[in-house]
Amino acid sequence: VPRNYDPALHPFEVPREYTRALNATKLERVFAKPFLSSLDGHRDGVNCMAKHPKSLSTVLSGACDGEVKIWNLTKRQCIRTIQAHEGFVRGMCARFCGTSFFTVGDDKTVKQWKMESPEYGEEEEPIHTILGKTVYTGIDHHWKEAVFATCGHQVDIWDEQRTSPMCSLTWGFDSISSVKFNPIETYLLGSCASDRNIVLYDMRKSTPLKKVILNMRTNTLCWNPMEAFIFTAANEDYNLYTFDMRFLESPVMVHMDHVSAVLDVDYSPTGKEFVSASFDKSVRIFPVDKGHSREVYHTKRMQHVITVKWTSDNKYILCGSDEMNIRLWKANASEKLGVLAPREKAAMNYNQKLKEKFQYHPKIRRIAQHRHLPKSIYCQIKEQRIMREARRRKELNRRKHSKPGSMPLVSERKKHIVAVVK
Amino acid sequence: MAEEWLGVEAAASGGESEEEEGQEDGERRHRQLLEAVSSLSGRRRQKLAERTEASVQVSEFNVSCEGAGEKLVLSELLQPIRPKSALSSVKKELTRVKQKKAVELPLSKEEAKRVVREAAYVRTSKDVGKWQQVVLQNRRAEQLVFPLKQEIATVVPLEQVASGWKQARTPLEQEIFGLLYKTQKPITDPLLTPEETASLQAMSLEEARRRRAELQKARAMQSYYEAKARREKKIKSKKYHRVLKKSKRRKALKEFELLHKSDPEAALAKLEELEQLRMQERMSLKHQNKGKWARSRAIMAKYDLEARKAMQEQLAKNKELMQKVRVELPKEEPGDVPEEDLASVTVPTLPAGASETNPWMLGKPSSPAEEPEVQEGLGDVAVPGAAECKEEMEKEEEEMSEEEALLQDFAQKRHARQQRAGSPEGQGADETEAVPELPGDGPIQPVCAEEQASTGIEQPSQAQEEILLSEQLGRVRTMEDVEALASGEPVEEQEKPAAARAEKQVQQQQEESRASGGRRARKPPAKKKIISLQAMLSGKTQEVQFSSLPVVVEEEDGGIDQRGVITEAFAGDDVVADFRREKRKAEQAAKPQPVNLVLPGWGEWAGTGLKPSAKKIKRFLLKPPPAPPRKDQHLPHVILSERRNIHAAAHQVSELPFPFERHQQFEQSIRTPVGATWNTQRAFQKLTAPRVVTRAGHIIQPISAEDVPDMGTAAGSGAKPALEIAPQRQEQPFRRPRKRAR
Repeated sequence: VPRNYDPALHPFEVPREYTRALNATKLERVFAKPFLSSLDGHRDGVNCMAKHPKSLSTVLSGACDGEVKIWNLTKRQCIRTIQAHEGFVRGMCARFCGTSFFTVGDDKTVKQWKMESPEYGEEEEPIHTILGKTVYTGIDHHWKEAVFATCGHQVDIWDEQRTSPMCSLTWGFDSISSVKFNPIETYLLGSCASDRNIVLYDMRKSTPLKKVILNMRTNTLCWNPMEAFIFTAANEDYNLYTFDMRFLESPVMVHMDHVSAVLDVDYSPTGKEFVSASFDKSVRIFPVDKGHSREVYHTKRMQHVITVKWTSDNKYILCGSDEMNIRLWKANASEKLGVLAPREKAAMNYNQKLKEKFQYHPKIRRIAQHRHLPKSIYCQIKEQRIMREARRRKELNRRKHSKPGSMPLVSERKKHIVAVVK
Repeated sequence: MAEEWLGVEAAASGGESEEEEGQEDGERRHRQLLEAVSSLSGRRRQKLAERTEASVQVSEFNVSCEGAGEKLVLSELLQPIRPKSALSSVKKELTRVKQKKAVELPLSKEEAKRVVREAAYVRTSKDVGKWQQVVLQNRRAEQLVFPLKQEIATVVPLEQVASGWKQARTPLEQEIFGLLYKTQKPITDPLLTPEETASLQAMSLEEARRRRAELQKARAMQSYYEAKARREKKIKSKKYHRVLKKSKRRKALKEFELLHKSDPEAALAKLEELEQLRMQERMSLKHQNKGKWARSRAIMAKYDLEARKAMQEQLAKNKELMQKVRVELPKEEPGDVPEEDLASVTVPTLPAGASETNPWMLGKPSSPAEEPEVQEGLGDVAVPGAAECKEEMEKEEEEMSEEEALLQDFAQKRHARQQRAGSPEGQGADETEAVPELPGDGPIQPVCAEEQASTGIEQPSQAQEEILLSEQLGRVRTMEDVEALASGEPVEEQEKPAAARAEKQVQQQQEESRASGGRRARKPPAKKKIISLQAMLSGKTQEVQFSSLPVVVEEEDGGIDQRGVITEAFAGDDVVADFRREKRKAEQAAKPQPVNLVLPGWGEWAGTGLKPSAKKIKRFLLKPPPAPPRKDQHLPHVILSERRNIHAAAHQVSELPFPFERHQQFEQSIRTPVGATWNTQRAFQKLTAPRVVTRAGHIIQPISAEDVPDMGTAAGSGAKPALEIAPQRQEQPFRRPRKRAR
């Protein structure tokens, strides 16, 4: 359609766009309905989850009673149940080709299972079972080769074909809670132990690289799938720390918003955001380069969230929690699901742009940032704000009344790092 | 570094062996050395030869040259008597040994591990660091499309696949082969079946083209025709259909004429048919007003316009059908054509008053076919047909031919002339004469007859009609004009002769009313003439007349008085002056006010009636600097307020947001519109492109070296097998490196 773009004919562009942005923001809030469904079927808390590397609709979950379930997300139902371990299923991971998966449990075993359900009359049995000497607390598979790593008392690297580890990596004597392969530089590993440290390993040299000790224990870490040297650690001190592995002296970013220990973290496949699960019964989504979350998900019935995953198509978030449910959320709360007409898409893009453009305007920001929180979290946030303020004030007073230079200013980023061990 | 290591080791081992030998058989060696040394320098040979026994002082560690009383220097020892190439290697060795320091102790296990870790860390961070550029690029990128690997689904044509097969192995392949061969579908390139090729050969190119064009045209025509028919079918306009019907009728007539010329027998047959139709009608009397429906219509006609119309139509139909068809075909409708001709002839002779007095003649000469009906309506239902008349007129207008338009012109001109002349006398007589003069017209004669025959109820209404019509001609509609009418007799006088007969009756009526002693008797007689009569007698007529009038009148005086009316309506408010006042006020308010710091007292008397001195006032009255010129100084019709608006401020950004460094930058970012209202489609798309694009249902894999084009070469060499066998270097003895890397 021919149009006349003479600006004289279309006056008041800023006020008009402002109004549109305001409306777009309001609509975004109106349509923000992130919760899609809940997958129930476990008979104990969900302790770990794994994504299928080749199928978007398949997800695996392990519970605290040793049961492993495989879910179909499109049908939203369980397609297979395995009693894999006695006691907890501590960790699980899928093989990079998606034909099998591994589980570790409290019964000191590592088991490899077929992804396909057994034929009629066939027993539900693991392909391989490895009996270990100690309890394994976590497992991760190499991204390209038939190698996997477990953690417990030490980090073991296994060849799939052998029953003893290829090499064991130790540094210190405390139990290691999680180990993760770097998805880009696949020989790199990161682990976090309960003596508050994060250790990096190089599989090629079979040697640890560096250790950074934080104020409190790190529960998990996750590598950025688009930026080889960036990883994020979920810490007990309610914060998440994003590190550049080349400069471990201080984290690149401290992400604070949770009001209780952060239990799990997973990156979006685009590497722009990550999702964290916390003991405070909420799931939060953080942009990688922002200190605060852009979104918080919670429901009345969701208890402590133990594990969280971001699906490989960057659309959904799965979280497994204490009260035996796996919940499926939209990664973008107000996104319209399904096929969009081109005009719809254009309108959506335009609205998104407008929201970005006017995000600093107070009225728009107020609407965009408003979230409803359960009372417990709300009160805790308030409480912690008061505590933080008090601490800040105290430090300020101390500094004021002590010799100049005797109390140097320590940046927030440096504050949480105890030491870096070479 | 490795070489260094080896060298050091070799040197160390060399030193050690020397020591051991010295310890084991020192004596023998000593002697040999002495001999060697003595053989080196010929000068001292004699002295040494004199010595008979080995002394304790003489050892390899403490070589003294007793004779000279000097200390022996190693370099001197090395100096050959004559240059000998065999010794040069020894000399080199010696200098190297001299440069080396003692070897340090091996490191503890912990430290050794740490060294390895550090070295590995440095290397790994360097390896990882090669992603730096890619990461920065991706972070800065305007748009990222995921998944990074865009696999293009290419559909391999069946032919290629099939030609790839040597022979069918699987049942599916066999089936496909079977199909292909059964239909003789060619597998390779000229993709034509034998039939196709045969047909191609059979028809020449040009012929095929022509045929194709024909077919195309036919198809197009058909589609056009269909579209047109569909379009026409959809048209709802009554007028359109009326016109269509009429044109069809005309066409049929023309055809009939032609038929008459070419084939008189067929035409006769057709006429016969018509005649038959007419006869049938006459027999059935279907369209008279005797039927049940017609009677009900007649009752309804009093109230319902539609019903009235329907009735009239029916009567017209009746008339039409009852008319005897003459054999002279061109003059099939004998009433119409001659009538018009006659009218055109007679009009000039018609006196001016005739059209004035006759409402039907006012606008234009009307076709006689309609009028009897109107009159009938009048007669039957006792409703003056003003409304109907109007409708009829409108209908007429549509059907008006050029001749009619001409006629009308004449009539109007006549009006004008007549008005100017204002000849009052003799017109009434003329009119009465003129009417019968018109030959063969049923319509008007009955009017006169009825007029004369009708009772008193009809007559006043007729009179009123005439009066009002005269008003219309004088173009009176506004209140002033009415007033003028009421007072001014001449206008009335003008109409008087036209309505002389009616007026007499009016007078009579008035006298009757006066006798009854109504209020209206007291009113001035002139006004009464206009209003009171019909108001008294028939409210209905008045109503109808008024409804008909404004249409004509408004057209005439709307343009003239528009402005006057507006000025009159808004006489009270002068908006412009108000605005000027407001602006002045705003200017005054914006001027900075002087600050008065004058305190009475202080060095002079103060109290009621006493003012501070002028000096003091001059000193303590602070005049602020003049305000900068107003922005609306040169804009007379604008008030620009520069005061901060708190209602707007709530919507404004108070602090400069983070990524911006200057407020101009931020303002610029806000000022540029992104919407499609202000940008072309392409620019709009570009401006609103999302930062991250993902495809639904596609798994996004982590980035790898293959995804990044410029990384490909660097990473290709750098991407080593992850499980590299540890190089030998690692097993080397530990030693603190000289330069420690972080």
